[in-house]
Amino acid sequence: MNEPKLIEALVDGLRIAAAHLPTDVVGALREARGRETSPLGAAQLDAILENVEIASRGEIPMCQDTGLQTFFVEAGCRSPFLPAIRESIEAAVVRATTEIPLRPNTVDPLTGENPGDNTGRFMPYVNWELVDGDDIRITILPKGGGSENMSALRMLPPGVGLKGIKKAIVEHAAACQGKPCPPTIIGVGIGGGADIALKLGKKAVLRPIGSPHPEPTVAAMERELLDLVNATGVGPMGVGGRTTALAVHVEYAHRHPASLPLGILVQCWADRRSIVHLAPDGSIEVR
Amino acid sequence: MNRDLTLPIDEQTARALRVGDILHLTGAIFTARDEAHHLLLERHERGDEIPFSPSEMALFHCGPVVRPTDGGWDVIAAGPTTSARMELFEDRFLEAFGTRIVIGKGGMGPRTQGALERVGAAYGHYTGGAGALAAGRIERVEAVHWLEKLGMPEAVWVFRVERFGPVLVTMDSSGGNLYTELDATVAKNLESILAQIDRS
Repeated sequence: MNEPKLIEALVDGLRIAAAHLPTDVVGALREARGRETSPLGAAQLDAILENVEIASRGEIPMCQDTGLQTFFVEAGCRSPFLPAIRESIEAAVVRATTEIPLRPNTVDPLTGENPGDNTGRFMPYVNWELVDGDDIRITILPKGGGSENMSALRMLPPGVGLKGIKKAIVEHAAACQGKPCPPTIIGVGIGGGADIALKLGKKAVLRPIGSPHPEPTVAAMERELLDLVNATGVGPMGVGGRTTALAVHVEYAHRHPASLPLGILVQCWADRRSIVHLAPDGSIEVR
Repeated sequence: MNRDLTLPIDEQTARALRVGDILHLTGAIFTARDEAHHLLLERHERGDEIPFSPSEMALFHCGPVVRPTDGGWDVIAAGPTTSARMELFEDRFLEAFGTRIVIGKGGMGPRTQGALERVGAAYGHYTGGAGALAAGRIERVEAVHWLEKLGMPEAVWVFRVERFGPVLVTMDSSGGNLYTELDATVAKNLESILAQIDRS
């Protein structure tokens, strides 16, 4: 394994994420189209599906907001390649910005200056998780601004219980209207502290559609929340219809007795992801 | 109703557009975001020349990804941006320039609604995120204005488009507004969902 090869693979991963919507999301969008009874909502889904096809065929970004490039690294603590990861990710983002191309989206919050290459302080952002083993799995998530703006943290009084959590999620989805570009994927993080709830919510977004939480009671809650959110009638792009969300994914952590943090992470229909897998022998797989 | 429109359109045609119409536009459209609205209004107030005809084109709230080619431009992705930010300018803009069709995402507020009614214009929603689809309907870049001053996303791009759509009319000149109708429906649905959770 050498660094140029890893950088190449990461640029491929960024291109795949920008241009090819994962098959689970395309499948869910097609199902939503089949179910849609509102002609206005159906027209939105048709346009989305046609757009997805054009982007994939031409290998061009499906949306002009190519997002903040965010990386989730599950790093096997015995992998020999750990020291190369951070620098390779940075180099790949700079190259991908001109090659794909990606819109330069990193802005200094204090001066307004844009370096023009999608890098900056803490950017591209790398979430590290040390795991057992000797391989590395990098999930790439280019997160658009419109849907990120609709993400929220609620510090609920624990007394509201599960009903209060469900109400807060549905109220939020209704209040968002068409702004996060529905149909969305809603990642819910319950418990922990404020930061943990939001982080769990974002990790929940990463889970492919159609892979419910392994605990049956949580999986049942995911199905119930999806039905409730879709009953709002916000619909595709907020023009009315049966599908407001394609999936609701829930993760949880134990909480402090005094607090019930609820992180609601909203992902637009352009749920772009790709995975770069780095084996201990240096071979790399991108998908 | 599905309508194929060739730009420019006159006031009568614009006033006939109704909420729920799905448009496909052929002709010239220009992009303008916050900065471009500001700049164009300033020039108008000073009586400075505008190097294109806003009254003959549709206005598109869009910050495209554009790549330079040999002597020209290649539009890579050009979906809509959130229109609500332009509420600050749009009523004055429509009165100043007489633009008949505004295209964006998410709808606009009461000031714009009033201007649509006075001027005779309609607001159309373009599918959010559908940047590749939009780019595919752009035949060529006819001109770009203030690129150095405003940068790629904020510059005024004039596109020649062929059956650009679907543009869904969500605000019309007779007071029709899909968003206010839908807000009432969603509020009613939400009330019964919350009651259902309470009963569970």
